[in-house]
Amino acid sequence: MNAQTTNGTRALAKRIRTHVLQMTSIGGGSHVGAIFSCADIFAVLYGGILNVDPAAPESPDRDRFVLSKGHAGGGLYAALAERGFFPIEKLLTHYQDGSDLSGHVSHKLPGVDVSTGALGHGLSIAAGMAYAGKLRDAGHRVFSLLSDGECDEGSTWEAILFAAHHQLSNLVAIVDYNRIQGIAPIADVLELEPFADKWTAFGWAVREVDGHDHEALHRALSSVPFVDGKPSCLIAHTTKGKGVSFMENTVLWHYRIPRGAEFDAALAELESQS
Amino acid sequence: MRDAFVGVLTELAPQHPELLFLSGDLGFGVLNDFIARFPRQFLNVGVAEQNMSGLAAGLAMEGHTVFTYSIGNFPTLRCLEQIRNDICYHGANVKIVCVGGGMSYGSVGFSHHATEDLAILRCLPNMLVLSPCDLWEAAEAARYLLSHRGPAYLRLDKSAAPTTVRPGETFRPGSIRTVREGSDVTLAATGGVLAEALLAADALAERGTFCRVLSVHTIKPLDAATLAAAASETGGMISIEEHAVDGGLGGAIAEALMEAGAFPGFFVRMGLRNTFSSVIGSQKYLRTVYSLDAASIARTVSAKLGIDAEILS
Repeated sequence: MNAQTTNGTRALAKRIRTHVLQMTSIGGGSHVGAIFSCADIFAVLYGGILNVDPAAPESPDRDRFVLSKGHAGGGLYAALAERGFFPIEKLLTHYQDGSDLSGHVSHKLPGVDVSTGALGHGLSIAAGMAYAGKLRDAGHRVFSLLSDGECDEGSTWEAILFAAHHQLSNLVAIVDYNRIQGIAPIADVLELEPFADKWTAFGWAVREVDGHDHEALHRALSSVPFVDGKPSCLIAHTTKGKGVSFMENTVLWHYRIPRGAEFDAALAELESQS
Repeated sequence: MRDAFVGVLTELAPQHPELLFLSGDLGFGVLNDFIARFPRQFLNVGVAEQNMSGLAAGLAMEGHTVFTYSIGNFPTLRCLEQIRNDICYHGANVKIVCVGGGMSYGSVGFSHHATEDLAILRCLPNMLVLSPCDLWEAAEAARYLLSHRGPAYLRLDKSAAPTTVRPGETFRPGSIRTVREGSDVTLAATGGVLAEALLAADALAERGTFCRVLSVHTIKPLDAATLAAAASETGGMISIEEHAVDGGLGGAIAEALMEAGAFPGFFVRMGLRNTFSSVIGSQKYLRTVYSLDAASIARTVSAKLGIDAEILS
C-alpha cells in the first residue's frame, strides 16, 4: 500500500458516487444511501485488492466477489465500468426499460459472479466457492460484501457456522456496518452488538475498520487471512449516505431518488471533495 | 428407491470426480459406504438447508455437479428462495433430492410429508422434475442426472411399484412410460402410488375394463404428446398422485391437455384436495384414507364408466 494507491482509490470512490448519483437520478432507482455507504469499499476492492482482469472476466484464477447486499448493485456496476469491464456509457441505462443493469445486481454483466437481491444468500454462495477453491488447492480468494441488515437473516449465520467449521481461510466477509437497515436504525429493530464478538464466537478472525478510511481498508484487506485457518470478517464502520451531507445517517435516503435541487446539491458536494 | 439412488451414485462417483454429495444431516446408515469410499465427495452441511442450497450453487459455479439431499420438504420448501434465486436463476448444476416423496413417512406425521413439492418446483424456470415410480426408474433417473447439466429435482418415494421395465427399454427423461396398454380409461400416475393404479387395472381387467397405465416419471418437461394421445384414444383420464391435486401431476396434465386441444371423455384428479395429510398411519393406510388406494381408483373408474362399483373391497 502506498499513498498513490489510496489517492487512486479515493478518486475512484468519488467517481463511483458521482456515477451512482446520476444513475439513480436518471433511472429512478433507489438505495443511493446504501451504495454511498460502501462506495469506498468498492473502490478499495476494485482499485487494488481484487485480482480481476476485465480482459478475462471468467478466469479461473480470479478472485471472486459476491455482493450479498445486492441492492448496492449500482455501486458495483460503476466500479466495474471504471475498471473497464464494460463501457461507462452503459451505466446511464441503469434501471431503465430493456437495460442489462437491474437495480439489484445481475450476473449477466461481465465481472459479476452472482446475482443477488434477496438478503442472506450471498455468504452461502461465497462459502461454496471458497470450499471448491480449497478442494482443488486454488490460490484465489472469495470476498463477499454484506449489509448489516442481512445479519438478521438466519441463513447468514448458517453460512458463518459452515465457513468457520471448514476453516475457509480463503473467504473474506466484509460487513457494511452503517447501523441503519430497511426502515429503521438497527438499534431499534434487532441489535447486533456485540457484533464483532458474535463473529469471533462463531470462529472467525475479525477486524474492525473505519469503512471510509482507504488506507485502513487497504491495510486490512491486504492482510487476509487475518489468522491462518480461519475465515476473515472485516467489520467496516460506515455512514449511510456518506459523501452527501443531507443523505448521511438517514433512513430516507435508503429509498429516495435524487432529483432537481437535491441532485444539484448532491453533485456539488461530491465535486467539491478532493 | 433411496438405496437404488445411493447405489448408483456410489457406483459412478469414481467416474465423476466433480460430483459432490451434500446432506442436510440425514441419511443415517444408508450413506456409510459412499462416505467411506469417497470422503472428499461427501459433505454433511448440518441442519441448515438454506445454506446447503446456497453452497450448492456456489460449488456448482466452480464446476461441481452437486446433489443436495434431505427428507420431505427440507431440501425444497425450507430453502425455496435459494433454489429459485441461487440455483435456478444461475442455471447451476445442482440436483435436489428429496427422500420420502408424498406420504412415505406415514406415521412420522404431516411435517415430513412432501405433498406440494411437485407443484412448487415445476413452476421454477430451468428446473427438471423427476418422480420415478419404481426402482428401475429411480436408478435410471439417478444415472441420468449425473450427465444432465443444470438444476433438477428428484423425488424419491419409500414405496415402489413393481418393476415394469421391458427388455432393452431405455430411460427417456421427458417422456411418459406406458406400463400397461388399454383403451377404456387412462390412469396417469407418478411415484410409488403407481402400484395402486396397477392393482386397480388388474381388478378392472378381470371385469373386462382395460386401463392404460402411464408412469409420469418426468413432471417437467411434461410429455404432452403421450397424454394427448391417451386422451383421444381412451375413454377418460384420471391422474393419481400422492400430492395435492392443485398444480401437481393433475394440474400439469390439465394444462397440457387444454393447450393441446385434447379433451378426454372425462377427467378426474386423484390426490389430496385442500387438506393436510393429518391422519396418523402408514403410507399404505394413508392411501386408503385419502382415496389413493387401488379400491378407490377402481371405484372412480367404475363410477365414471357406469359399471359395477364393487370390484375391490
